[in-house]
Amino acid sequence: MTARSHWWQLLSEPRSLLGVVLVGLVVVAALLGPTLYPYGPDTPDFLATLAAPSAAHPLGTDDLGRDVLARILYGARISLMVGLGSVVAAFVLGAPIGLVAGYAGGWTDGVLMRCMDVLLAFPGILLALGITAALGASLPVTVAAIALVNLPVLARIARGQALALRTLDFVTAERALGFGGATILCRSILPNALSPLLVQASVLLASSIITESYLSFLGLGVQPPTPSWGNMLHDAVGFLDQAVWLACFPGMAIFLTVLGFNLLGDGLRDRLDARDR
Amino acid sequence: MRMVSFRLLSLLPVLFGICLLSFVLLALVPGDPVTAMLGLEADPAAIVALRAKYALDDPLPLRFLAWFGHVLTGDLGRSIQTGRPVLATVAAALVPTLQLGAAATIVSLLIAIPAGIVAAARRNGAADFIASFIALCGLSLPSFWLGILLILGFSIALPLLPSSGYAPFLSAPGAAFAHLVLPAITLGAAMAAATMRMTRAAMIEVLSADYIRTARAKGMPRGRVVWHHALRNALLPVTTLVGLQMGQLLGGVVITESVFSWPGIGKLTVDAIFARDYPVVQGSILVTATLFVLINLVTDLLYTVLDPRLRPRR
Repeated sequence: MTARSHWWQLLSEPRSLLGVVLVGLVVVAALLGPTLYPYGPDTPDFLATLAAPSAAHPLGTDDLGRDVLARILYGARISLMVGLGSVVAAFVLGAPIGLVAGYAGGWTDGVLMRCMDVLLAFPGILLALGITAALGASLPVTVAAIALVNLPVLARIARGQALALRTLDFVTAERALGFGGATILCRSILPNALSPLLVQASVLLASSIITESYLSFLGLGVQPPTPSWGNMLHDAVGFLDQAVWLACFPGMAIFLTVLGFNLLGDGLRDRLDARDR
Repeated sequence: MRMVSFRLLSLLPVLFGICLLSFVLLALVPGDPVTAMLGLEADPAAIVALRAKYALDDPLPLRFLAWFGHVLTGDLGRSIQTGRPVLATVAAALVPTLQLGAAATIVSLLIAIPAGIVAAARRNGAADFIASFIALCGLSLPSFWLGILLILGFSIALPLLPSSGYAPFLSAPGAAFAHLVLPAITLGAAMAAATMRMTRAAMIEVLSADYIRTARAKGMPRGRVVWHHALRNALLPVTTLVGLQMGQLLGGVVITESVFSWPGIGKLTVDAIFARDYPVVQGSILVTATLFVLINLVTDLLYTVLDPRLRPRR
């Protein structure tokens, strides 16, 4: 089946379509929003602090008079950056670890996978918290911490794929022809292991965005004044009885983005399962 | 029995790894705990005494060995802030966390099992579509936001329930229950979503089995087949998921407890991070990860007990 007909099938299913639309909206908002929207995320309007949504400020303003929509649009960049950055980093490290462990087997497999087990032995958010506590909260540390949470998940999937693929005839044939392990891994095993890894990566994008918002909400992720949806909610807690909009809109943004990625991931998985059958 | 001991043995390197990682993480901390405790203008003699007390001047491997030796005997050090033993502090915080965890699990099962069964029995119907979509929304909902919305709705707009705090069950059961409701719903909602999806998937698989068709062919009513025959078998994988979720819950409580100022192990960890109370951070991370691994092990073993097909053949 061609890649094009895969996409067509994905778009013909209402839930996947909704996922594609939501993700598309967030990406467009993140790319174009901050440049097109008249207010900057840090521009204070001291005459309109804690202003309710109005024509001038569609989603209201916060306690410093900053426009909530401007901050949400800018926060979309941060969320997508942290999500993508942490998943790509985990992929670049985790896929080779898993593929080598699965293909080589024996001691290599044992040592590499026990290391992954240790990382998996921590509830994700706790591991990320520990790393942030150790290295100090900042954007790069947040990306690195979430990447380390994602790493063992991708490594395990890559290992499973390599284990299954290495016994297949075409791999045996390449070994018999005298190809080295690295060549076989890159040329034959990686391309065939790619689709389950990509499906998992799309699901991890959703969970990474949530984890970033958790860390920032606790005050241990993206640091002010850089707006992130999580730290906007952190600030909103102080004004719950005065400014409901501060708490509603950033949460809605996280929810819709994560829902989009989850719907997309579900759709991709269904397509992939259908192909396997 | 051999399988149990093998699994327990294979746990040892992981537990050692947990200790190593917990230690290294906190040894990397840039700030100085002594300055954090005594302030910038402290008496130099007091600083020296305190550094010696916590062996902060030894090289890293030595500090790890000394610390690991203490850990093996159950001594996790003392809190820099309060001076109380870390193990006692963590153990005291575990009680509210366990209460919250148990309540959240009950909430999630009450929602998820019936919803999953109905969705599977009416597969591809309207009820299934709606239940599945709500479950996916539940999975995508950041739990602290749900918590904030619940506080807005039930503590501020309708002042029915307290928005934060804790009351012990033994002395004030009514207040304890009132404090428990919102955090338990917050924490239970995400669990419910995953459990509902698993219940639905398992029920769909079981409902297509031959013995279900036989039961229906005998003329047994549909409801009895679904609730009596199918449910029992479908609950097997659900049990595993619920077990694994109880482990995951240990991560979820970090957020929920912070939103509701619930004095459990999650809030303890976050507060200790902000107070730079290294021994408490280390101790609570260590205890949480160890519990997490043990819960997962028990879940695995329980699964083989529940499903006779997985028992090793003699």
